[in-house]
Amino acid sequence: MGRIATVAGSALAGAAVGAVSGRVLRGRTRRRPAGGPGVRGNPAGGWQVVTVDRAPGTVLPGGRWPEPLRRLGGAIQVEVRPAPGCRGTELAARPRPGVPLPGLAAHVVGDDPARAVRAALRQAKQLAETGEVLRADRTPMDRGRAG
Amino acid sequence: MRALCWTGVDQVAVRQVPDPELRNGHDAIVRVRQSATCGGDLPLLAGRTPYVSVGDVLGHEFLGDVVEVGPEVRRHRVGDRVVVSASVACGTCWYCQGGLPSCCDNGNPEPEVGEATYGHPVPGVFGRPRATGGFAGSHAEFVRVPYADVGAFGVPDTVSDDRALFASDAAPAGWMAADVGGVRPGDVVAVWGAGAVGQLTARAAGLLGADRVIVVDDQDDRLRMAERHSDAETIDPRHADVPAELRERTGGRGPDVCVEAVGPAWDGRIRSLAERFTGAAERPPAVREAVHACRKGGTVVVLGEFDGHVDAFPLGAVSAKGLSVRGARQHGQNYVPMLLERMARGELRTEHLATHRMPLEQGAHGYALFRDRRDGCVRTVLSPDLPAAP
Repeated sequence: MGRIATVAGSALAGAAVGAVSGRVLRGRTRRRPAGGPGVRGNPAGGWQVVTVDRAPGTVLPGGRWPEPLRRLGGAIQVEVRPAPGCRGTELAARPRPGVPLPGLAAHVVGDDPARAVRAALRQAKQLAETGEVLRADRTPMDRGRAG
Repeated sequence: MRALCWTGVDQVAVRQVPDPELRNGHDAIVRVRQSATCGGDLPLLAGRTPYVSVGDVLGHEFLGDVVEVGPEVRRHRVGDRVVVSASVACGTCWYCQGGLPSCCDNGNPEPEVGEATYGHPVPGVFGRPRATGGFAGSHAEFVRVPYADVGAFGVPDTVSDDRALFASDAAPAGWMAADVGGVRPGDVVAVWGAGAVGQLTARAAGLLGADRVIVVDDQDDRLRMAERHSDAETIDPRHADVPAELRERTGGRGPDVCVEAVGPAWDGRIRSLAERFTGAAERPPAVREAVHACRKGGTVVVLGEFDGHVDAFPLGAVSAKGLSVRGARQHGQNYVPMLLERMARGELRTEHLATHRMPLEQGAHGYALFRDRRDGCVRTVLSPDLPAAP
């Protein structure tokens, strides 16, 4: 089993989310728990992981969460560990049980917290690897038809 | 701008669509000089690919001029004549750094669809639906090129548009097949399909030292092209038992490397919505034949673009004969500079593949010729600058 560093913020404790949630309050290692990151088939509230081809210090510069994860405030838990074979950093996140993700409106439009976490992880990976988040073409419907 | 859009099953039409715009710092906008049809477009055209939508702009094999660059673009300037790799790759992720740009982790802004279909996100490709990025295609006056420093390549002055065009997709696909197939001097290589990719696979195998290259196809004009331009032997399945012929020509061993460059069999039947979305499987006859023909311990390379599943794959032969089966979308970023150099030296000629040239407005006719292989069509090349017929 790999070892993993927990970098969960304490925003859940109710402090100002924007100011606190992005910081690494305490880095420590522990054995990966059963059902932890990398275990396939987790339910919607389970861990999701991406491998970022950069060192942990680049993925979490200054110990701060990358911006896409910061947006989710204290509603998620984040963990990192070195990826095997010099592949960079495994970056994991999951929703905190019972804490709604900011901006989601599942009761109205069916937003999926797991999907929001997945998207944030992918954006964090892209930012670390390419410096920006790739944007899709805008569709004609987005822009209105050309005259 | 004008663009050739998918408008329904077996229907395309030129429509006015908004000009592309820079969406990222690494983007460039390219004014298209030439854009080729490709066999990979045909499942889209026929409505066999989920997620294709009315208004999607087709085309992924193209060449043109840079007219606008984002602030992060370093290798290109306005006015550069470039050929663009069909797949979108960031150049910085683990896959790109490892020489697998068509497996790029960051080349698709909408990776969820690929994850659901293939277990992992698949990279973006121009002129394809959302599952592969939803980037507008090149059958248009202009096209947005993400990660332009990685996917666009300056064309040497000595290489004509007509030749360089195929460095975008067909030539790197063919070279990749020979490369990942491990073609070595003395090998016998068999290629199923004498379209542009098949012919350029045969040519690549020859340039890598294959002793004999044998191309299988049932179109006379394509076989003659393969003989003339790729220095290949040919087999026409209408007049020969292909496996028996290959055994005979290889001393009973079978070819060392077998390349499938045909794609899914197309029976002309429009699949129902239920079939499209439940993955009703088609059969890959050329793949089956290649697996059976390949020598023990040899390599089979699958170039055809199969969506989802196929049926009746001869897994037993793979196991019993110790075959290696390789497949990939073309890793163009690895090969385009080298291919352009070979084009400049005259080692790689591709002009003959563009059997038909026409303006965008005749795109429907061009695709029909290409799809039905009528009038000796190997590839239709569309040029937005050509005047539409009155």
